[in-house]
Amino acid sequence: MPEKKMYNLYVNDEEASVVARPSDTLLHVLRDQLGLTGAKPGCENGDCDACTVLVDGKPIKSCLMLAIEAEGKHVKTIEGLKNTRIQKAFVENWAIQCGYCTPGFIMNGFALLNQHSNPDSETINDWLSGNLCRCMGYAEIKAAIKSVMTSDHADKSS
Amino acid sequence: MISFDFDYYQPCSIAEAVSLYHQLLAAGKLPIYYAGGTEIISMARMNQLFTKAVIDIKTIPECNVLHVEGSKLVIGSAVTLTQIEESNLFPLLSEVSKRTADRTSRNKMTIGGNISGKLMYRETVLPFLLADSQLVIAGNNGFKTVSIHEAFNERLHLQSGEILVQLITEQSYSTLPFKTVKKTKQSAIDYPLLTLAALKKDGQIRAAFSGVCRFPFRLTEIEKEISQNQMVVDERIDRALKLFPAPILDDIQGSKEYREFVLRNTLVEIIEWLEGVS
Amino acid sequence: MDESMIVGKNHLRVDAWEKVTGNAKFTNDYTAPGLLFARLVTSPFAHAKIKSIDTSLALKLPGTKAVLTGQHFPFLTGSLLKDRPVLAVEKVRYHGEPVAVVVAKSDHEAKLAAEAIQVEYEPLPVVNTVLDALAEGAPLIHENLGMYKVVKPAAPEPNTNIAHRQKIRKGNMEKGWANSEVVVEASFSYPKSDHAAMETRCIRAQISAGGNVTIYSASQSPFVIKKLISRYFNVDAGKITVHTPFVGGSFGGKAAVCLEFIAYMASKAVNGKEVKLVISREQDMLSAPCHIGLEAKVKLGCTKDGLIQAAELSYWFDGGAYADQGLAIARAGAVDCTGPYHIENVWCDSLCVYTNRPYATSFRGFGHSELMFAIERAIDMMAKKLNIDPLVLRQKNAIRAGNTTPTQVVLTRSNIGSLIKCLSRLKEIINWDEGARIEIDENKVRAKGIGCLWKAPTSAPNATSGAVLSFNNDGSVNLSIGAVELGQGTKTVLAQIVAERLKMDMSKVHVTMEVDTRTNPEHWKTVASTATFMVGNAALEAVKDVIAQLRQVGSVALRCSPEQLEVGYEKVYLKHNPNIFIEIKDMAAGFMFPNGNAVGGQLIGRGNFIMQHLSHLDPTTGRGVPGPTWTVGAQAIEIELDKRDFTYKILRAASVIDAGKVINYKTAESVTMGGMCMGLSIASQEGFQFDSNGLVQNPNFRSYKLMRLTDIPEYIVEFVETPQIDGPYGARGLGEHGVIGIPGALANSLSIAVGGELNRLPLTPENIWKQVRGDSK
Repeated sequence: MPEKKMYNLYVNDEEASVVARPSDTLLHVLRDQLGLTGAKPGCENGDCDACTVLVDGKPIKSCLMLAIEAEGKHVKTIEGLKNTRIQKAFVENWAIQCGYCTPGFIMNGFALLNQHSNPDSETINDWLSGNLCRCMGYAEIKAAIKSVMTSDHADKSS
Repeated sequence: MISFDFDYYQPCSIAEAVSLYHQLLAAGKLPIYYAGGTEIISMARMNQLFTKAVIDIKTIPECNVLHVEGSKLVIGSAVTLTQIEESNLFPLLSEVSKRTADRTSRNKMTIGGNISGKLMYRETVLPFLLADSQLVIAGNNGFKTVSIHEAFNERLHLQSGEILVQLITEQSYSTLPFKTVKKTKQSAIDYPLLTLAALKKDGQIRAAFSGVCRFPFRLTEIEKEISQNQMVVDERIDRALKLFPAPILDDIQGSKEYREFVLRNTLVEIIEWLEGVS
Repeated sequence: MDESMIVGKNHLRVDAWEKVTGNAKFTNDYTAPGLLFARLVTSPFAHAKIKSIDTSLALKLPGTKAVLTGQHFPFLTGSLLKDRPVLAVEKVRYHGEPVAVVVAKSDHEAKLAAEAIQVEYEPLPVVNTVLDALAEGAPLIHENLGMYKVVKPAAPEPNTNIAHRQKIRKGNMEKGWANSEVVVEASFSYPKSDHAAMETRCIRAQISAGGNVTIYSASQSPFVIKKLISRYFNVDAGKITVHTPFVGGSFGGKAAVCLEFIAYMASKAVNGKEVKLVISREQDMLSAPCHIGLEAKVKLGCTKDGLIQAAELSYWFDGGAYADQGLAIARAGAVDCTGPYHIENVWCDSLCVYTNRPYATSFRGFGHSELMFAIERAIDMMAKKLNIDPLVLRQKNAIRAGNTTPTQVVLTRSNIGSLIKCLSRLKEIINWDEGARIEIDENKVRAKGIGCLWKAPTSAPNATSGAVLSFNNDGSVNLSIGAVELGQGTKTVLAQIVAERLKMDMSKVHVTMEVDTRTNPEHWKTVASTATFMVGNAALEAVKDVIAQLRQVGSVALRCSPEQLEVGYEKVYLKHNPNIFIEIKDMAAGFMFPNGNAVGGQLIGRGNFIMQHLSHLDPTTGRGVPGPTWTVGAQAIEIELDKRDFTYKILRAASVIDAGKVINYKTAESVTMGGMCMGLSIASQEGFQFDSNGLVQNPNFRSYKLMRLTDIPEYIVEFVETPQIDGPYGARGLGEHGVIGIPGALANSLSIAVGGELNRLPLTPENIWKQVRGDSK
């Protein structure tokens, strides 16, 4: 059996004990141990951003972070967002098709709007340049982000 | 999913990290230093890398500095690329950094990791090569400061157990006119077909290259040729191309012929732009 | 609520909130204590003999539960041509072909065990391209092609690498060429690529002690899985249940049934315990079936005033190592080989060719974006030669009611719609009259290109679908259907159709999201943009059935005749006096009179649909009815090119498609834009890159690039509505179509910009540079 270690993570404002191998990625531990399957394995190689979560507020590809690296840090996943304006904006702008890439887009977008209440197009492009979507033409996603932005203030809730 | 197991260590000081390294090495654990870890995780998943112990240096204070001390800009090796961009203390470095991978990756990628990694591009080394930066390296015998030109030749040469701690750059380089161009096969988020970074100092053009040959480089002989402003640009480029240190790459990013075509165009663009500024 | 309160309106997606909260569950989102994991061992060679497989090391690992190889699967599979072993036997035929599967206690132990399996290969000569495959003396990829089991209309040619040849012989070619004053002839190349759905394929399987088989699969074809598991493993169909939760994109790639067999056998090897087969991105791209490639030769003959007289078309589809749907794609390519143009004299040979490359299955457009690339380029080349405006040339030849298709179907307004209208509208919205090519400055040029599209869904001639309605005690309705939600919005659109006909609020229609083959009525497969047409018609039948029941029971309760009653607004009411009514909630489980007497019982609506009047194609001429309808449209791309280095920006992308009737504009627009983006992605940068040994050099998203948010153009999407009379509310199939004309349109815009002929995709700056310089490769 592999050497597993027990340690604590702080996920969505709750402490959670996990037992995992040090070589397990945060993505796998979130999904397999904590049941937080909103972060999706799209490539497990850092190429698609479907697994993006926030670590101390910064968007991170959870497939390129060891879970043990997150010890002592605040992790936020899509399940930690409740009724935020950006989620609503994705619903209302039809910025979803199959939904597999959606959590990753929302996490990046959420962090973006927390840091820049009124980002210009270049900043939006930069922040979302890692997210792949195969269903859509991306226009709806851009529109969803912009709709939150133009409503005066960034989404600070939750 | 990484199929093999390794132990994870998070030392708080350089001394601890170095001694840990040697202990683990002696124990046959094939230790590696770990900063952003993006390349390590990805290569480990594909079994292109193997270790039984990673030593995470991210919590070592010296590796996390990002500030100006007197006339010098000091950047810790564990500083992430987006931190560097957001501080914008070295605009040329910010520009090169912004064109490396995508932003979410750069939230994790570190400057030290990018420069000492196994991927051949190591684009963020280019500004440091141009600025004749100094590297602070720690090992068994404590700290040493060496010129980047001494330590970086095709790749970063470290002795077993040595850690790249900091990169020190004269602040004056931050205000020089510069130009950087990255060309890709098609998608902006891709390895470079080529990345050129250039600046102008004392009327001379300095240029460093990634993606052109199988390693990043800066050669003063090439700079001499492209700075000969009494000569037409095309001729200077012809002469410079003869001095490239290795064959031009021929791979899935682009054929050798196309790279040379793009390289010529890009050099013209850079030379004309830098000669136009004072 | 008035008529058409719901159909034609932009209702929010019914699955939206599940998807923005991370709640939507996909096949791989499930784990449980005791779940076992399977991983594949795949071939590192494109063509090689398997000399030995040593599983001993893997079996010694503590977590390993089982290892299976080709010998455990003594049969060949395939949809029309049974040519593919589930795991390679004796030899491998493509890079990434599954050779063995391991089952272990955890995913990581499965991966470790897979890595411990040692296979010894002896490389064989590689057939790397379609041209190599068709060359005299080419190595045979399937030596026993003549002995394989074949289902009509498959027609493999033994002792060659041709899996299928579909012929079209229409009119009189001699006459066609005699009438042609101008002839254009050229070759075109469309590379093999990948579906690249964001969710990789994943399957879970278990077999209970009582012999019940339960499979979860990210699939477009859950009902086909059931049939095939039953057929290949001799299990009673009734004992098999296939579940398909949300699917994370598919684009045709998840219509093929392949990994399910492995998962089933993996479970069987561990006494039926539940096993999850996890597929990495690299395996999803290489091992699982991919997007077909095409080499085409097109010869068009035309009068001086631009009326096309003859077309001679050779389509060589690169099916890869196994035929799968590649064969049906070659057939579909023949069916619509001319593009949406009226041509009296047509000769076409459409081949599915074996190569030592990853094998192809259906991909959005089913061969049409590929052949339309060739046709649309040829039309532009013809326009240039004739010195006629390319849009005008298309208008002159646009197919319409009264014309015949290549398989000699006589078209009606209902089944062909109006390409002319689409072109006229496209002309306005892209401001075509300003000119196709505009010099911006010394270095930059702006150019527009057009690409038309058409497609008939080539289903099985007896493809069927069903719908069942049941009611809740609040009067709301449950719609049970077998179509899979792949992202296209089918559940939303079908709910709208039911809500509209019942005159009920959308919030009162609950659609089953997960497909369960035991409880949902069968739907053929969720492919070919047919779900709205097929399931929509079945759902309307079910509503009709329910309304009849409500009227019947209502007539007893309200003491009137059924004909006097209307159903709507969750009530059954008297037409002439809506104040006299019964609420549906009071009838959902039967109506009870105040004295306790009851009538009616549960309301269950039943509806079904079967394709009608389709026929097999004549093998010598292709004559026959391949599909119920065509969807037509016109698309355009505007680019800005830097003439120095051939880099370019895609500025605008426009589509005008005849949708018959748009049920939900937003979902229709979204799926169309998605197709357009995919078309741009394929045409501008996708394609597997093979080395000389047939090995794929770009098997993941690090090296295989897709369009990103940063790359997108301004989109313009409009619809023309020529009703398809037999479609629900007049709707035509709409889903794949956004992709079809785009590669041609992009290539046309760039060809106009560079003043050359760009006939080989993908149009990366390097490939444009090479084609402008006249390099042959």
